[in-house]
Amino acid sequence: MAFFRSHVLVSVDPECLKRGAHAVIDALHDELVAQGLIDEVQVLETSRIGDPVLHGPDMMVYPEGVHYANLSEDDIPFLVSEHFLKGRVVEKFRAEIRPFADEELGAPKAKEVRVVLRNCGKIDPLNIEDYIAEDGYMALARVLTELTPEDTIDIVKRSGLRGRGGAGFLVGKKWELARMNQGSPKYLTCNADEGDPGAFMNRRVLEGDPHSVLEGMIIAAYAIGAERGYIYCRAEYPVAVKNLNIAIQQARDFGFLGENILGTGFSFDLEVRQGAGAFVCGEETALIASVEGQRGEPRPRPPFPAQKGLWGKPTNNNNVESYANIPQIVLKGPEWFASMGTEKSKGTKTFALAGDVKNTGLIEVPLGITLREIVYDVGGGIKGNKGFKAIQTGGPMGGCLPAEYLDTPVDFESLSAAGSMMGSGGLVVMDDETCMVDIARFFMDFIQDESCGKCNPCRIGTKRMLEILNRICEGKGEPADLQRLEELCPQISSTALCGLGQGAPNPVVSTLRYFRHEYEAHIYEKRCPAKVCRALIKYEIKQDVCTGCTVCARNCPVGAITGERRKPHSIDPDVCVRCGICMQVCNFNAIEIN
Amino acid sequence: MISTRQNGNAAHTEMLEAVRAAVKRHGASREELIPILTDVNRTVGYLPSEALEEISRLMHVPKSQLFSVATFYRMLSTKKLGRHVIQFCESAPCHVVGGREVWQALQDALDLEPGETTPDGKWSLVTVSCLGVCAVGPVVVVDEDIYGNVTPDQIPGILAAYE
Repeated sequence: MAFFRSHVLVSVDPECLKRGAHAVIDALHDELVAQGLIDEVQVLETSRIGDPVLHGPDMMVYPEGVHYANLSEDDIPFLVSEHFLKGRVVEKFRAEIRPFADEELGAPKAKEVRVVLRNCGKIDPLNIEDYIAEDGYMALARVLTELTPEDTIDIVKRSGLRGRGGAGFLVGKKWELARMNQGSPKYLTCNADEGDPGAFMNRRVLEGDPHSVLEGMIIAAYAIGAERGYIYCRAEYPVAVKNLNIAIQQARDFGFLGENILGTGFSFDLEVRQGAGAFVCGEETALIASVEGQRGEPRPRPPFPAQKGLWGKPTNNNNVESYANIPQIVLKGPEWFASMGTEKSKGTKTFALAGDVKNTGLIEVPLGITLREIVYDVGGGIKGNKGFKAIQTGGPMGGCLPAEYLDTPVDFESLSAAGSMMGSGGLVVMDDETCMVDIARFFMDFIQDESCGKCNPCRIGTKRMLEILNRICEGKGEPADLQRLEELCPQISSTALCGLGQGAPNPVVSTLRYFRHEYEAHIYEKRCPAKVCRALIKYEIKQDVCTGCTVCARNCPVGAITGERRKPHSIDPDVCVRCGICMQVCNFNAIEIN
Repeated sequence: MISTRQNGNAAHTEMLEAVRAAVKRHGASREELIPILTDVNRTVGYLPSEALEEISRLMHVPKSQLFSVATFYRMLSTKKLGRHVIQFCESAPCHVVGGREVWQALQDALDLEPGETTPDGKWSLVTVSCLGVCAVGPVVVVDEDIYGNVTPDQIPGILAAYE
């Protein structure tokens, strides 16, 4: 094999071709011959490198990794003699490096390990060749040509991968159950109904690396013997739906989907189904009902979908992230995957870090990392140098954990033991100005709103809990309210039909457990310690600080502020609606909340 | 009056056309019901009773079942909405970064409660759960335009951009 000291990749994207990429390649070849470098420098054609409209024609020179842009054939002789003969980078041809602003997913931060997110932001999601260049569809080829379905299931089982949708059931075990079922045909579904507030990991994978999900699904289909699949994607994600549809068509064109995949005789096809805005459709039996065109209401399990799923047939349902892990597990081996994480929770997990933390956005970390490492090392600590108060894990049915639990390792068992849960990956960090009763009320409002209404404990129970929490926040809480909440929580958890209802009381249970004093302050002292609940706070003007500039009085929407010019003003608490505008406009920090 | 009735008839015919096109595009099978309803909802703006009747006739599905599905999903509306629909994300990540103040500003500017439409038919204000763009919260969506990192004082400017 020839050995080259340098490799030049020239983009032959249609846009670059239109702008004369072929002339550049010809000139390059001629010049390398002329300067006697043709045996040392290899010229290759590749798909797009930069933005073809901005940069084309452009080329990448390795091993230096220098990106030359906007080239014409006339530039080539100078470029070749400078770069390849004299070894000097030609700055004037270099592509302008613009800082890449991605508010969701920046460069990997300390302690991050990217497996599922490895391609996001790096490859062009609309070009299957980019995915193939990153070993895409290699795992599929290996599975279809070298492994039996049983071998494939065995690999996934040995990796220890647990469902990333939240429940944490072993993926390999789930596949085995669907495989062993005799019913036919079998179906495959992908749960892309990522509804947890604050969680957008799956959206990013679907938008940025849709083929990894498709490849995982095709492998799963082979393993369980499914012939048709559905990706149930929430309608709030239009870009994800668009990219998935493009990816599916490209996969069909390349022979990875459809009849006789890769010439092996195995056939499988899939399509995207859009939701229409219903949180409960993330529950697998509700998802199945919605794909069938029904109201997305859950039904009791068993029978589990592996026995009776779509149209009463055996159906395997996994989350986006579960499927996206599969190709890497096949390629790098189950031992590699199992080397990350803890004894019972293997691999990495993506999280969406939100709330009062400096670096919000997507992260992917090995399981077993502590909450403290996530908040302070990956997240950069609390915004505005305020104190940490709580971290909410597991979405609306998860729990809020206080500072004492910051050293809890993030794995399925430890989070459950602490009174929260893994969930799908939303992490909301709250600073010390957050009222935990207000947060509990907030989540209950969400769940009450999203309850499908099929079973009484969830429909009526969450409504009652919300009423009690509203009362407490409005300063009308009664001592018996705490007892009522404590009775309702276990009752709803033990009698509701699906995971939504069973998990509904969790935010209240966890805040009552760790922040009971805040509930008590609201009820007994009619005081909101975090100064958030409007009915329990009073805006006052510090008489010794106020300069009488009249800004607050002029901005008050209800005319609650009075006072003479250049003399301290005052707020009438009976008129004040606690909107906080006076505090925002005051230039002297003279307004305080009591 | 005549011209109004003619306009009404034209709108009615247009609505029926939209229904027929949607049923044709997806095929009249039950599993396609939600895509069909979504299409009609997008073209017509909502799902009028007559549209459900036509879908019922074409698909041989009782209207009660159509109504049951149409009222279940948040993005389908059986009520007429304003020319512009403002969706406000009321989920926790937006709430804790100042969403409450933005919501107040929206309500003040439009004098609307959630789910209501202004008397002139210009604005509908609805709350939605997480749109998955939490990295730029608080988030307000007007029609199909997404506004991130919204502050209360930006609200008048955002609203002024719509006719």
